[in-house]
Amino acid sequence: MLELRNVSKTFNAGTVNEKLALDHIDLTLNDGDFVTVIGGNGAGKSTMLNAIAGVWKPDTGSIVIDGVDVTNMPEYKRAAFLGRVFQDPMLGTAADMEIGENLALAARRGRKRTLHWNHSQAEYDVYREQLTDLGLGLEDRMSSKVGLLSGGQRQAVTLLMATLRHPQLLLLDEHTAALDPATAEKVMNLTDSIVTGTHLTALMVTHNMQNAITYGNRLIMMSAGKIILDIAGEEKKRLTIEDLLRKFRELGGAQMPTDRMILG
Amino acid sequence: MDFILSLLGTLPGAVAQGLVWGIMAIGVYITYKILDIADLTVDGSMVTGAAVCAMLTINGVNIWLAMLIATLVGMIAGLLTGVFHTALGIPAILSGILTQLILWSVNLKIMGKANQALPARDYPVIVTQLEKGKSILMLVLITAAVIGVLYWFFGTEIGASLRATGNNPGMSRAQGINTEWNKILGLMISNGIVALSGALLTQYLGLADINMGRGAIVIGLASVIIGGALFGKFCRNFAYRLACVALGGIVYYIVYQLVVFIGLDTDLLKMLSAIVVAVFLGVPHLKAKLMSGKKKKEAENHA
Repeated sequence: MLELRNVSKTFNAGTVNEKLALDHIDLTLNDGDFVTVIGGNGAGKSTMLNAIAGVWKPDTGSIVIDGVDVTNMPEYKRAAFLGRVFQDPMLGTAADMEIGENLALAARRGRKRTLHWNHSQAEYDVYREQLTDLGLGLEDRMSSKVGLLSGGQRQAVTLLMATLRHPQLLLLDEHTAALDPATAEKVMNLTDSIVTGTHLTALMVTHNMQNAITYGNRLIMMSAGKIILDIAGEEKKRLTIEDLLRKFRELGGAQMPTDRMILG
Repeated sequence: MDFILSLLGTLPGAVAQGLVWGIMAIGVYITYKILDIADLTVDGSMVTGAAVCAMLTINGVNIWLAMLIATLVGMIAGLLTGVFHTALGIPAILSGILTQLILWSVNLKIMGKANQALPARDYPVIVTQLEKGKSILMLVLITAAVIGVLYWFFGTEIGASLRATGNNPGMSRAQGINTEWNKILGLMISNGIVALSGALLTQYLGLADINMGRGAIVIGLASVIIGGALFGKFCRNFAYRLACVALGGIVYYIVYQLVVFIGLDTDLLKMLSAIVVAVFLGVPHLKAKLMSGKKKKEAENHA
């Protein structure tokens, strides 16, 4: 489904701030894989997601999604394959547009946009049902501006937008990190039910080790731009926070997890 | 009494000119409010619209066709700014200034000189200060048509993607929207409308002048701001919001006439317009700053 071959990226090359953010990454995701990604600050987790999303081009290597080499494809074209949810709830939606309009935009991801009316009534009926499933009372607020919603509500809408058209790959970049614990849990449960319920292939970066263990069928740990741990199946199910902490400790002080990662 | 009567006498002229500038302001609204770009191309594209319309009309082209061609040429000006900004990565403001400077030369070449008369008596113009009532009616109809077309366009899939581009470019790209092209498209539409207003202004005044667009962006912004401040409460719907901008243009011109009428030096008008815009743009910023300062103090007092 997703193949990263030898992907590298250096930021600020040739300056004192030069940083090797991705160091020859190789990663293959199978159809239906729900992979959680952990690692310290600056380990390259978000950078890897941005490389896949096409925010910029990698220095080396190639990226293949669903058999299509997308390495040279601009971000907006790659979007045809991808659903994305960002850490900042403000980033995933257009604040000055209505909830329904945002969903209608997302429903046309990867399609040619025409001079037809932006949305149909039939479409809105479907959205209303899907918003009802979120359980946040948003189904009655289709014509409210998204900017009026709370962070958690916006993140739930973004999640719905990312999966409205079945994406080949769902990219979740610490999408619960900016939410309060109760809301974060709600959004996390929602994420799990959508991903497992519709058999999505997903890559979820998280700061929360418990979430990384609880959710998904595979876990990878990154450090200094490399994937240093890749655990799947039964082995992942037996994984504990202590195991992960031990692994972090082996890496030395610089990579010690923060309290936030342990406590969630 | 005489004073008031003669002041009222200037009102139709102010309304007519205000309507022309209102159309121009609608063009500015598209870039400034929807795309979040301050586009300085308009100072030039307005004159381009005027020059193209005047020269074509003088050379016997049908007035409606002349206005259409003026609009299309204005769109090309917007295309140029858009290419500077997106393909060449030049900041939007500078891109607009570059096109504006290019248009200065182009406009002189179109007219062959610094100004060109288009007397209403000799040419079949559709608006003229010689017939203010009829002109106002025509301008209201044209404004309504422009608003109607824009309301339709921004409700379509492409139009909605353009609104999203201005609102949140990162999200737009994630939803598969080509934000670069949308910026170009928005600049083209905006400058097309601005050129149309230039084509109307040259007919109304009976003259196209190389300087007639100087400071147009400020007048456009002033109209957008005035419209929003005075009528914003009634303007939830997109079409109404555009109508508010047009009304803002009319109010601007009535105030302008008033200031001229009470005998203020007209040389100062551009300065006054700029100050009005600076105040309106600056006050919300200062207010926010003041509020956060107060909150900080309160928090300190509580601590």
